[in-house]
Amino acid sequence: MSELLKVPTMAEYMAQGKQPDVLFWVGCAGSFDDRAKKITKAFVKLLNKAKVDFAVLGTEESCTGDPAKRAGNEFLFQMQAVTNIEVLNAYEVKKIVTACPHCFNTIKNEYPELGGHYEVMHHTQFLKSLLDEGKLTIEGGQYKGKRITFHDPCYLGRANNVYEAPRDLIQKLEAELVEMKNCKSKGLCCGAGGAQMFKDAEKGDKEVNVERTEQAIEVKPDIIAAGCPFCNTMMTDGVKAKDKEAEVDVMDIAELIANAQDL
Amino acid sequence: MSILPNILFALILIAGIGYFAKNVKKLIRNIKLGHDVDVSDNTSQRWQNMTRIALGQSKMVRRPIAGFLHIIVYVGFVIINIEVLEIIIDGLFGTHRIFSAMGGFYGFLIGSFEILALLVFVSVIIFWIRRNIIKLKRFWKSEMKGWPKSDGNIILYFEMILMTLFLVMNATDVHFQAMNNGNVISQFIAPLFSNMSEGTLHIIERGAWWLHIVGILIFLNYLYFSKHLHILLAFPNTYYGKVKPKGQLDNLEAVTKEVKMMMDPDADPFAAPAEDESGTDDVAKFGASDVQDLNWVQLLNAYTCTECGRCTDECPANQTGKKLSPRKIMMDTRDRLEEVGKNIDANNGEFKDDGKQLLGDYITNEELWACTSCNACVQACPVSIDPLSIIIDMRRYLVMEQSAAPAELNNMMTNIENNGAPWPYNQMDRLNWKDE
Ligand code: SF4
Ligand code: SF4
Repeated sequence: MSELLKVPTMAEYMAQGKQPDVLFWVGCAGSFDDRAKKITKAFVKLLNKAKVDFAVLGTEESCTGDPAKRAGNEFLFQMQAVTNIEVLNAYEVKKIVTACPHCFNTIKNEYPELGGHYEVMHHTQFLKSLLDEGKLTIEGGQYKGKRITFHDPCYLGRANNVYEAPRDLIQKLEAELVEMKNCKSKGLCCGAGGAQMFKDAEKGDKEVNVERTEQAIEVKPDIIAAGCPFCNTMMTDGVKAKDKEAEVDVMDIAELIANAQDL
Repeated sequence: MSILPNILFALILIAGIGYFAKNVKKLIRNIKLGHDVDVSDNTSQRWQNMTRIALGQSKMVRRPIAGFLHIIVYVGFVIINIEVLEIIIDGLFGTHRIFSAMGGFYGFLIGSFEILALLVFVSVIIFWIRRNIIKLKRFWKSEMKGWPKSDGNIILYFEMILMTLFLVMNATDVHFQAMNNGNVISQFIAPLFSNMSEGTLHIIERGAWWLHIVGILIFLNYLYFSKHLHILLAFPNTYYGKVKPKGQLDNLEAVTKEVKMMMDPDADPFAAPAEDESGTDDVAKFGASDVQDLNWVQLLNAYTCTECGRCTDECPANQTGKKLSPRKIMMDTRDRLEEVGKNIDANNGEFKDDGKQLLGDYITNEELWACTSCNACVQACPVSIDPLSIIIDMRRYLVMEQSAAPAELNNMMTNIENNGAPWPYNQMDRLNWKDE
């Protein structure tokens, strides 16, 4: 199946003297984390299906610096940012799409002051626009009638007010969208942001991801949909901690759409 | 007629307002201990925020019961203050109900004040019950012991007393009752005093009148020492509150300069550090370990905090039993700022090192590291306070000045530095997923 994936790089485009419409910023999780790689592939399948003219940076991509910045290492963040901006500007990138809300937030909001000005979209927004333009159609497929709850990633929702695009996509799957008691601007963090992904949590009564998973399980979903590779990991771990792997799947919205169409 | 009461009134008024002005000056001085930050952008958005959030209380109604009651107390407070104007004129010139010359309209005004006074009284009682009998969780967290707890109740008692005095004052005012106009609530209280002589009634009326105005002056001066300062500061605070997307943290300018130098192949590595254009001679300190390292908006935030705990209530770290409470971050910042202010007062305008600082003595590393930077606290705050910005500034100090990050975070950062990813994978393998 993988031979079907078409993933051109910016360097290849450059060599042919061409410029893609959009750069797909894969992100560290999307590149290296085994679970997140599946999300990356699902998204690429959709890009291929919609015949989107895109490219990735490949080995020229580097961490946006988000976890460093939020851990307090502004130096490291800015070094990363400036290096990335140099690469992006050298390729004259205008439009970026990414499946990681942390990359999305950082490139969209924090890079401009450092000289990086791009139109940045989260993959759910991008997929929604493909749909609106008729380049992509979504069929209910295997998710028709399934109960799906959406976990708002903090860096997509509260941080950038993107609440509707992912929900619109879920509804297009003809699934039943059920909301948790904390959703949208009141959403509860998965526990991974602010560099927490990379360290053990401070002492407490409970892990944040377990609390969040409990809220999700409360609405009896078949699937917990996520739009962030870190949320995905945290919720998957939460479902495991609650021994619910048999009943509840954790899926990225890109995966849902790709699977629904048997891609 | 003796002019003595008028003089006494004028003196009390001057003392009350004078002391208040003195504290306001101190307040401004303390806030200015923070360094400058450019807030001249987005003026129209800022005005909008102030109108919507402070004046319109838009964020209060996210919790409908508290929101509704709060709006009553707020409207009552603002409107009943018109009555204070009359009291002041009467007090200074020895007149009695000078505005009653307005006739029917006066009755309408006082009538609405009386209704509001009653509504405020009832709301305040419900607030008290929520705090003390239902014991709403957010008012019983660990940072809400001692002064913060009594402060909340004192304000409620104050309002109860002031509203009662206002109604008693009206009920015992024989002339006012005789006007039979506007005494919509006080007419029902008047019978309580019905078998008293006109002289006694007059004494009670005068007593309530004096206590009412003196009470208001005391209340005014109480503000500075209380979370109730928010009734004044909510306005500038919502104006100066964050207008950028919540996820956007500031890019430290001092760092930008250094990074540019490091990345610039033409820069002379041995050149003396560039002259600081701002003219200040403090060597750039990265992040914040004490209140003076914060900016003045953050310090204004601290004074504005109402200790409502809505932030802490929604904080995922706090909800799962971790030590972090964004409300405590704000309270600590204010307490330390007050301490620094007192230190300056005691040392003739100069801060003398007291061996303490915000970091460590008030806020622990454990609290700081528990934050997921989720912005729930920022979203929840009804007066546009940003506790997250203080947390991040203090993390910056820990990491860049003290290299005191938890070991796992140091690993993560080393990985980013060496491999361009938070994990120990080779950057050259970034595209491997394509063929897996
Ligand atoms: S940003 Fe930090 S302090 Fe604020 S609610 Fe989230 S975890 Fe708590
Ligand atoms: S920071 Fe805001 S939400 Fe938190 S206690 Fe203070 S006023 Fe309330």
